[in-house]
Amino acid sequence: MTFAKPKFRHPKSTKNKVGYLKSDYLGTVSTLCAGCGHDSISGAIVQACYELDIEPHKLAKLSGIGCSSKTPAYFLSNSHGFNSVHGRMPSIATGANLANKNLTYLGVSGDGDSASIGIGQFMHVIRRNLNMTYIVMNNGCYGLTKGQDSATADVGSINKTGMSNEYEPIDLAALALELGSSFVARSFSGDKTQLVPLIKAALSHPGFAFIDVISPCVTFNNNVGSTKSYDFVREHMEVTSSIDFVPHKDEITVDYQPGHRMDVELHDGSVLKLDKLAPNWNPFDRNSAIGQLQLAKSRNEVLTGLLFIDENTKDLHKKLNTVDVPLNTLNHTNLCPGQDALDKINDNLR
Amino acid sequence: MTNNSIIDEVLNLLLYLKKFSANMNPTDISNPEYFHKVVDCQYACPAHTPVPEYIRLIAAGKYNEAYMVNWESNVFPGILGRTCDRPCEPACRRGRVEEEPVAICRLKRVAADNKGDVSSYMVSGPFKSNGKKIALIGGGPASLTVARDLAPLGYEIHLYDEWHKGGGMMRTQIPAFRLPESVLDEEVNYIIDMGIHTHFNTYVSSMKEIIGKEYDAIFVGTGAPKGRNLDLPGRAEADENIHIGIDWLESVAFEHRSSVGKNVIVLGGGNTAMDCCRTSRRIGGDNVKVVVRSPFEDMKASPWEIEDAQREDIPILNNMPPKEFVVENGKLKGIIFEKVSAVYDETGRRKLIPTGEPDEFIEADDVIIAIGQDNAFPWIERDLGIEFGKWDIPVLDKKTFQSTLPHVFFGGDAAFGPENIITAVAHGHQAAISIDLFCNGKELHERPAPMVNLMGQKMGIHEWMYDSYVVVDERYKVPHEVKELSLTNRKIEVELGFDKGLGFKEAQRCFNCDVQTIFSDSKCIECDACVDICPTDCITFTENGEEMELRERLSAPSTEYNQDLYISGILPTGRIMVKDEDVCLHCGLCAERCPTAAWDMHKYLYNVTKASQVCV
Repeated sequence: MTFAKPKFRHPKSTKNKVGYLKSDYLGTVSTLCAGCGHDSISGAIVQACYELDIEPHKLAKLSGIGCSSKTPAYFLSNSHGFNSVHGRMPSIATGANLANKNLTYLGVSGDGDSASIGIGQFMHVIRRNLNMTYIVMNNGCYGLTKGQDSATADVGSINKTGMSNEYEPIDLAALALELGSSFVARSFSGDKTQLVPLIKAALSHPGFAFIDVISPCVTFNNNVGSTKSYDFVREHMEVTSSIDFVPHKDEITVDYQPGHRMDVELHDGSVLKLDKLAPNWNPFDRNSAIGQLQLAKSRNEVLTGLLFIDENTKDLHKKLNTVDVPLNTLNHTNLCPGQDALDKINDNLR
Repeated sequence: MTNNSIIDEVLNLLLYLKKFSANMNPTDISNPEYFHKVVDCQYACPAHTPVPEYIRLIAAGKYNEAYMVNWESNVFPGILGRTCDRPCEPACRRGRVEEEPVAICRLKRVAADNKGDVSSYMVSGPFKSNGKKIALIGGGPASLTVARDLAPLGYEIHLYDEWHKGGGMMRTQIPAFRLPESVLDEEVNYIIDMGIHTHFNTYVSSMKEIIGKEYDAIFVGTGAPKGRNLDLPGRAEADENIHIGIDWLESVAFEHRSSVGKNVIVLGGGNTAMDCCRTSRRIGGDNVKVVVRSPFEDMKASPWEIEDAQREDIPILNNMPPKEFVVENGKLKGIIFEKVSAVYDETGRRKLIPTGEPDEFIEADDVIIAIGQDNAFPWIERDLGIEFGKWDIPVLDKKTFQSTLPHVFFGGDAAFGPENIITAVAHGHQAAISIDLFCNGKELHERPAPMVNLMGQKMGIHEWMYDSYVVVDERYKVPHEVKELSLTNRKIEVELGFDKGLGFKEAQRCFNCDVQTIFSDSKCIECDACVDICPTDCITFTENGEEMELRERLSAPSTEYNQDLYISGILPTGRIMVKDEDVCLHCGLCAERCPTAAWDMHKYLYNVTKASQVCV
């Protein structure tokens, strides 16, 4: 009986611009159920970080409690990590980000962690526009405690015991839009061609970037009648736009149909190339995004892709007007400049 | 370029163009050749020995069974475990993933060294006669294989050889320090004891005579017995001290010769040259040199044999073609060599250009010429209906080994020129099938299909019937006898072989490439679990396309074009599953992580069908 990932890698794997192989971004072998959507999201995170040339030690991954919050063990083994209290990942992320704004922050949470016990923290971190990527692995059930309906389960969705959910769901993407999130997207764990560029864009976004990823619970919520199963999502998936993330300076080679194409330039010079598929949708218009979400819901569709982006957003540090260097690098001399400096301040107040 | 190689080139080009022409078809895994090709070692073996199967048996300590898997397939496990040219090892998948392949050849020897009495596993006579008589000319590996495959069917088999024992070139040309006589005798006798009528000490000098004895079929396995000569000035005068390699080895093997001069030059860069120089070191040659006319890298000898020679303090001088044998007072003094360098033109053809440096004289008491060997059939009269082609090689059907005289068959080196033992065995199996079909009046081109078997390996969660764990151990070295001791006696075996412990460790390096990944389209829910877990990124879900274009789109570089892509049918999202077989570790993780068992691991056994059942 053996269950260990062999050490050998593809002998022709290529290194990215910062000298790492894709396998350098892996974690330990997942202990989640075979076929769990969360593992695909982990795979997408690995792919995105490798392609974005992020140095692993310059990223911090944070999570709360739940199946989803176990996943940071399964990706980016060489990055900083913090597995916090249930629903309290946002406050840890806020503290860490305030102390060192030079790291890339990636929060991973689930529908229980974010939509139930941690919804208060979730809402406030959005309000504050903390510069982080916040991924919710949304399976509509409490997989870790054998599949009870969660707060994101749709009305009428049937769980594995055959019971239909009677409570209104919380749409986390709609909530994020409502609370002023500067980047909102929805995706599906079974569609890496969409998910990977979205994660790359989110990691490059200079404010709070939220991705709600429908991630089927293969053990407790992949049955007929569930609205979070592989089959249901594939059949009901609608897409706002196809998306391509073009890093800074790379040549653009993809051809788009005229009139549908839209480029979004990010602060670091990289470009999000969108090929619009949904009519009456404008990625810069929060109202149109909310409208599209409502429309999709009324049609029993799952709207995916980028929903909204404000590329000129002001994150928490800008709002607080902090100094340019990370706060954790400020030493005693910086913080206590001495009697002369105090005297000057006092003089100004006279 | 011969006609055949032009045809091969054109076929290759067509195959290449086809890869650009259309979407790929789903892989037909019911074709036995698909998974056969995935087992690289077995596919590369001329006799298609089920390598991973016997390596697993060695790891399990089942040496008898491991030996018999070999014996059924390659007839001479103990001999080949020491002397095989091992085409399997360059093919071994492990060699594409890390530095060195599994030591397949030396593992075979572990089975042979540690087995008990295996005679009870072999069919034994007397066999019920079928009234047919077969003559085998030459007692080497090809003839012995034919004898073994046909004897159980009741053929009366007459084996002719000029020496007093069977074995052919395995006895005359392979020195005892590489292959002890006891090992050779044992494996030759398993066959002789099946009731073969031996005519030893009988040199067949006339095919006409043999044909006159009214055999139902005749098999010629007389090898390539003629060593090439080198006709340079001084050759005739110094004849006493200039020897032809294979004849010289033979005379040492049969103890007609027990010494050589102190200074020896061996000319030639093949395995025979390596055997000559190493034998010389053991019978009086203190200062033995190998001199090759071309660059060291172009030497034909197997790298491990070159290594063994160098370990015995034998320098190999390259880029020095011999010019003249120097004779003084009727006695050999040495050889004058020219200095050249190799220049390759745009077609890759090599030319040896003199460098202009002064010629070099090297002193020698004896010179051994080992620059190749040729077929020779002076004993086959040319009016019997057996046609000969270029270079005096018989005209044969490549598949059936039948000559232009219907009841005469050829195999081994005698068929298409010098190859190796394992190729001779493979020829023997096919010739035996042909002879049996011929004697029963059947169509020779209707070959029996291979025996194949697919067997699920799943026992439970994380439990497989095979050891799926992939060890990172580097290739283990075979222990050698102390050099000073082994050089004192040409009968002391140099390689000591892996002991059981080392054998187990080396066996664990095998990836079990015969445990196949089987994909069922209908069960797949496209969750990507297999893609995410695969350590070598073999699996991709994508749109179908032309092969070369598809290879560009896979998760990992796909540049080994002779390694197949495993293609599924269209899946619900309109994509297909593509698995590049190239560096699959057969670790089974795709199947472990598959929630619906769309991936499963099945052991695939492929056995070339022989003329008869020889194992019980």
